[in-house]
Formats: sequence, structure tokens, C-alpha cells
Amino acid sequence: MISFSAVSKRYPGGQDVLKGVSLSIDAGELVFITGHSGAGKSTLLKLIPAIERPSTGSVIVNGQNVSALRPAAIPFLRRNLGLVFQDQKLLYDRSVYENLMLPLSFSNLAPREAARRARAALDKVGLLGREKANPIQLSGGEQQRLAIARAVVNRPAVLIADEPTANLDAEAARRVLEIFVAFNQVGVTVLLATHDLALVTHYGRRVLRLASGHVAEDSAP
Amino acid sequence: MRSWLRQHRRALIAAIGKLAAQKASGVVSALVIGVALSLPAGGYALLEGLSSLASGVALEPQISVYLKPGSTKDDAHALAARLKADARIGRVRFVPRDEALKELKATEGLADVVDALDHNPLPDAFVVLARDSSPVTLAALAAELRRVPSVAHVQADAVWARRLASLARLGRLAVLLLAALLAFGLVAVTFNTIRLQILTQRDEIEVSKLIGATDAFIRRPFLYLGLLQGLAGGALALGIVWLGLYLLNGEVRTLAQTYGSSFRFDFLARGDSSAVLLFAGALGWLGASLSVSRYLLEIQPK
Repeated sequence: MISFSAVSKRYPGGQDVLKGVSLSIDAGELVFITGHSGAGKSTLLKLIPAIERPSTGSVIVNGQNVSALRPAAIPFLRRNLGLVFQDQKLLYDRSVYENLMLPLSFSNLAPREAARRARAALDKVGLLGREKANPIQLSGGEQQRLAIARAVVNRPAVLIADEPTANLDAEAARRVLEIFVAFNQVGVTVLLATHDLALVTHYGRRVLRLASGHVAEDSAP
Repeated sequence: MRSWLRQHRRALIAAIGKLAAQKASGVVSALVIGVALSLPAGGYALLEGLSSLASGVALEPQISVYLKPGSTKDDAHALAARLKADARIGRVRFVPRDEALKELKATEGLADVVDALDHNPLPDAFVVLARDSSPVTLAALAAELRRVPSVAHVQADAVWARRLASLARLGRLAVLLLAALLAFGLVAVTFNTIRLQILTQRDEIEVSKLIGATDAFIRRPFLYLGLLQGLAGGALALGIVWLGLYLLNGEVRTLAQTYGSSFRFDFLARGDSSAVLLFAGALGWLGASLSVSRYLLEIQPK
């Protein structure tokens, strides 16, 4: 489903963040991507939705060469990917419901179906009943769950999360991870970057450890 | 098609929301556009009024030749023969003094004055239509006719009307140039308003791009906002022109009455008003389009 072939990434004026990374992720897998700060976890994840482009090598997602994708085609690639960020990237001048409706507004769904999907997504992350709240009124864990709801509301085949538990306490982090596991159990491919090795060990899934821009370890359960 | 319409409806609703949220700054922008547009629109309305006044006067190359009081029929016949023989003259019409008096009596407000006269003070006259309409030819012909002994006065009627028409043409050109100049200003105002909107919505645009919004989707509400702002400015311009003409007509009516005329400046015709609105809307759309194209490129998700 996702494959990297000899992918390197160098930022302008900087050093190589990724150096010839090759890997393959099958549909339905849940993969933890670990490594120290600066190991290249975020960069690796950003290459999949074409937020960043590789300096060399190719990234293939669902048979599509993302590295060679025209800019106009990128939005359509991203609609098939659910993206969750460490800082959530929520809109704090909008309600919970309006945040959720944002990706639905460009998916051409009929308003009734869009509303139904929004409520279903909120239900899945345990936020049903908080539609009218402003995200600022939610706890850190709830905000992250709202970000997950926004990522899954268009029913993507792949969920990509960059350090989704970084700023959460243990209980909130566990709850957030349970949501990712639940989505994976219904067939969604999940890629999750984290530096929390205790959580990774607990779930016993495939782990890709990055170090100095290389895949230092690829351990299947 | 249905989803396309739905997208546009959403964009329009979003634009109306943005316009409403702008409050004072939105009103000021529309006012700036309205005042700027009212200048050429008002100028056009005034020129149209003056043109209609000028069009009531014959613009043909016409010269009126008045005979001296006491001229005989022979004098009139001799002059008629001379005029008809002149190759520069296309048509000659003799206006006897009695007919001239009847025409004068028929003029609004002059019947009583004519009745009060104890004799006909008007001379016999010829209305001459020259073949060449150039002012130089007309002036030369008029000068030559003035030298005829039986002629008292020669008046080249078309000259002043032509001058008025030329002035009207010049005025129209000035209005067009002013409109073109102010159009740039209008585009600049909209460009800046949309730029500020984009900057205040930077986070939303960035997130939208991250989660799969196309540039067209992001651009659409801003284009509608530019269009609405232009239309609002256009409507204000029409309001300003209407008010200006209303106030002006109060004085014009008084002045025209002293000439026995019911002249007044008409408001822009329906077609012209629609053109002002469409022009304003199109310029708003253009300004927004330029702004969005320029600034959306700068916002890339990281």
C-alpha cells in the first residue's frame, strides 16, 4: 500500500534527514515509527501526503507515485489519507462540529450525509454531545480525539499520526492509542510516529526505528 | 452539476458571512468603491443629459441668411437664384417673414408676446444647407453671403451645435479615461481587502490544504467576496449618482424654466445602471482573483 524506495530528503541549506530509506507497508497494518528527536520520523510521514517531496527516490501510495504527483492532484491524494498532527491543527474560532465539517465540505457529500458522518465520527472518538463546544474548551486528550475524528470523517484507507500522544498524560495517551487500534481493527492502515517506547511495547505491533536518517530496525511482532 | 452548484452555494454563503463579519471595514471598502465609481457614472449621466439637449438642435451644415428689412421680392428672387447656382450649396429653403412669425408664435410661451406686436419685425430668410459640413467651408460661405448687399445677417447655426457635440465627445472620452483610472483603484482596493482576509484566515487555509481542499475550493469564497464587495460599491455609486442628480435637478429645473424648457437630467437608464453594477462586480472579482492567486501560493502547509 505504501512503499519508499531509496528515499532521501535534504532540506535547503540543511543536512540529510533521510538517507536512502526503503520500506514497504501493507494494507491493514499498524506500524509504529520510533526514533530520537531529529531521527526523521516527521519527515518520513510528511512525504506520504506530499507535504514534503523527497530529494531522491520515490514514494508510492496506493500505486500512485507521490514524488511525481502534479500539485493539482495532491488534494485528492490527501483526501484518501487521514492526518493527525502533534499540535492538532484545529481551528479555535470554530466549534467542534464546524471543525469536523471542514473536510466534509469539499467532499461533495449531501448535507444530510455529511452531518450523519460528522456525528458518527464524533461518536467513535467519544465526543458526541460536544458538537457546540469550542476546541479551546476541550482537554488536550479531547482535542487530539477531535483531530482524529476530523482525520477519519472522510473514511480514509490510511491514518497517519505524528506524535499524537506527545503532550498527553498516560491515561489520555492510552485512550487516543486505543482509538487508532480500533480503526486498524476495521481495516484502516495506521502509521503512528511516537517516541514513547512503553506504549509501543504494550501493543506489540510492527516497529520501524529510525536513527540518523536510516531505518535502524524493522521489527514485526 | 448538483455538487458543483452546492459548492458554489457554500462559497457564496461563506462570502456573505465574511462580508458581514468585516463590519466597518467592509462598509468603508464599499464606500471607497462607491465614491470612486460615482464620478465616472455621474459624469456619464450629465453628459447624456447634455447630449440629449444638443441632439435637439440640427447638426446639419446649415446657414440662416436674413434679408434686410424692407428688401423687395426681387431682392429675394435674386438671392435665391444666386444660392441655387452655387455648387457648394445642396439645398435652399425660403422662409417668408409671415411664416417665420407663425413659427415664433407656435413657440411655447411666446404667443402672447407675438400677439402684442403691432407689426412683424422678422425679415425674410433663407435656410441654406451646404454640401460640405466642415466648419472652415461653412465659415467661408457665411462670410461670402454677408457681403451680399441685400443680406442683413448670416448665422451658421450648426457651428455651435457641432462645438457642443465635440465637447460632449471630449467629455465622454474624459469619463472613459477616468473610469479606466478608477477601475485600477477599485481593483487595488479589493486586492488589499482580500489580502487582509487571506492573512486573517491563514490557519484555516493551511489546515484546509493539509486535509485535501483544492485551491479552487479555497479560492472560491474570496472571489465571491470580491464580487459582492464590487456589487455593493456599484450599488452605492448608483445611489450617490441618483442623489446628486436629484439635488442638481432642483436647480436645473428652475434655470430651464426661464428658457421655457422642461429640461432635466435623467438618471442612468436601466441598461447603464446594470452595466455599472456588472462593471463594479467584475472589477471586484478581478481584484480578488489577483490577490488570491498571489497570496494563496505563499501559504503552504508544513
